[in-house]
Amino acid sequence: MRNFFPVITVVAAIMVIWYGASVWMNSKWVYDQAARAGEEVSFSELIKDTWSQDRPVLPAPHQIVAELYKSTVQKKITSKRSLVFHGWITLSATLLGFIFGTGMGILLAIGIVHNRAMDMSVMPWAIASQTVPIIAIAPMIVVVMSTIGATDFLGKDAATALFGYQPAFMQGLLPKAVIAAYLSFFPVVVGMVKGLRSPDNMQLDLLKTYNASKSRTFWSLRLPSSTPYLFTSLKIGMAGALVGAIVSELSASPLRGLGARMLTGSYYGQTIQIWAALFAAAAMAATLVGIIGMIERYSLKRMGMAR
Amino acid sequence: MTTETVIKAENLDLTFHTNDGDVHALKDINLDIQKGDFVSFIGPSGCGKTTFLRTIASLETPTAGSVCVNGMSAEEARKNRAYGYVFQAAGLYPWRTIRGNIRLPLEIMGFPKKEQEDHISKVLDLVDLRGFGKKFPWQLSGGMQQRASIARALAFDAEILLMDEPFGALDEIVRDHLNEQLLQLWDRTNKTICFVTHSIPEAVYLSTKIVVMSPRPGRISDVIESTLPRERPLDIRDTQEFLDIAHRVREGLRAGHAYDE
Repeated sequence: MRNFFPVITVVAAIMVIWYGASVWMNSKWVYDQAARAGEEVSFSELIKDTWSQDRPVLPAPHQIVAELYKSTVQKKITSKRSLVFHGWITLSATLLGFIFGTGMGILLAIGIVHNRAMDMSVMPWAIASQTVPIIAIAPMIVVVMSTIGATDFLGKDAATALFGYQPAFMQGLLPKAVIAAYLSFFPVVVGMVKGLRSPDNMQLDLLKTYNASKSRTFWSLRLPSSTPYLFTSLKIGMAGALVGAIVSELSASPLRGLGARMLTGSYYGQTIQIWAALFAAAAMAATLVGIIGMIERYSLKRMGMAR
Repeated sequence: MTTETVIKAENLDLTFHTNDGDVHALKDINLDIQKGDFVSFIGPSGCGKTTFLRTIASLETPTAGSVCVNGMSAEEARKNRAYGYVFQAAGLYPWRTIRGNIRLPLEIMGFPKKEQEDHISKVLDLVDLRGFGKKFPWQLSGGMQQRASIARALAFDAEILLMDEPFGALDEIVRDHLNEQLLQLWDRTNKTICFVTHSIPEAVYLSTKIVVMSPRPGRISDVIESTLPRERPLDIRDTQEFLDIAHRVREGLRAGHAYDE
């Protein structure tokens, strides 16, 4: 709560700058229109116009909020124009990818810490994998996975057997999850390696005096010690998974999800639609990372490792 | 009455090979420690007392000579869990309660669950921490944490206790208190204790045998058999006998150039 006034102040400042920028960036169009009609535009007319254009260069915040309201509350959830529908598509890919990426990252980290060969060989490849632009790899992954038939989370028959129909989000979910995992496993590997190696020599010597096996040392010492590092990596990994999910939607078909909304918005010049999807994605990211933060605070407090 | 030799070091030699050259940590160490002894190792920094303790614990490997613990090599003794080690810092896991921390060696060594609880309660009584079992380490003071660490070292009934300056980080008053408690504990359990310390009064007060070491290279300067009785109140530190032994320790340190620059 003590963050309230500073946050409100910063938000207010951003709003002021935004509205001002809106006037400035949308004004060119207004002046062009006026010049073509041979009219003069007064300042108050300029303000009114720049804040209510159909396809503004920089939409005003109230326009974005109106669009958000229109596409979430006023649409049916199953409608193809509902942001809730598209948001769930993105969220499902993000979460599945996050789970894959985190799982793989932890396994790789355990391998690196316990196996000399992996220690020397995995890191360069992991780093190299992150330097390749994801926007180039994503279409390749989508194509490869559809060729081998691994696109749907549950195939049409399996899903129909379970649910009576195939939920829309399950179609094409796997390639998106793989791409999201691709971007989220690396921070987890790096963080967990550091975390698993964090116990100091005294602690390791103590376990040596008990003649503890490597597996014992892992479960009783290394894993609990790595919890703070794990949560930090999870936050970064979650953000990465969301970015991966959105990027993957740009090349998946059918075009669904928040990334797809931004893409179709750009095709049809619907800038307000783009910004609304952007806000929705940002809100989703903030919520997900915030949830991890809450779990982190609770867990670390219970483990006595809170700052 | 003959007492068996539990720790025997013969011509022990240990050299660390570092980037800055060789460090001759231990040279020609010959020492016998009998069952039930309380042996203190005292000397200036860098004289090899911690290195020697670690060699007995098989945490360091000698470059020459041998050390026998309970008739086996140090490594076999470690694998047989022949001793408990107490470090200078308590090193308790913050995510476990005190009982959980003491349970750690018992879990690793495969004690059955019922026995675990009995052992934990027993050692908590020994170190006078009954009632603190369910607390977490951060809720305890430094002295209490160190007592919990000692309890952890005692939990699995090892006959030997190796202590590396366990009270070094605590203040004088807590130290006095803990010294008394340690002696009582030793009296009750009859363990063989090897105790590394920087403090001359502590060494003289606690031990039956004082090993004075000197640095560069680390070697034994003097072995003093203490003439003090087994039952020792804290006031014994003001007696003439005590001061004589302390004087002898100082002589040993001076002879080993501990007071030189």
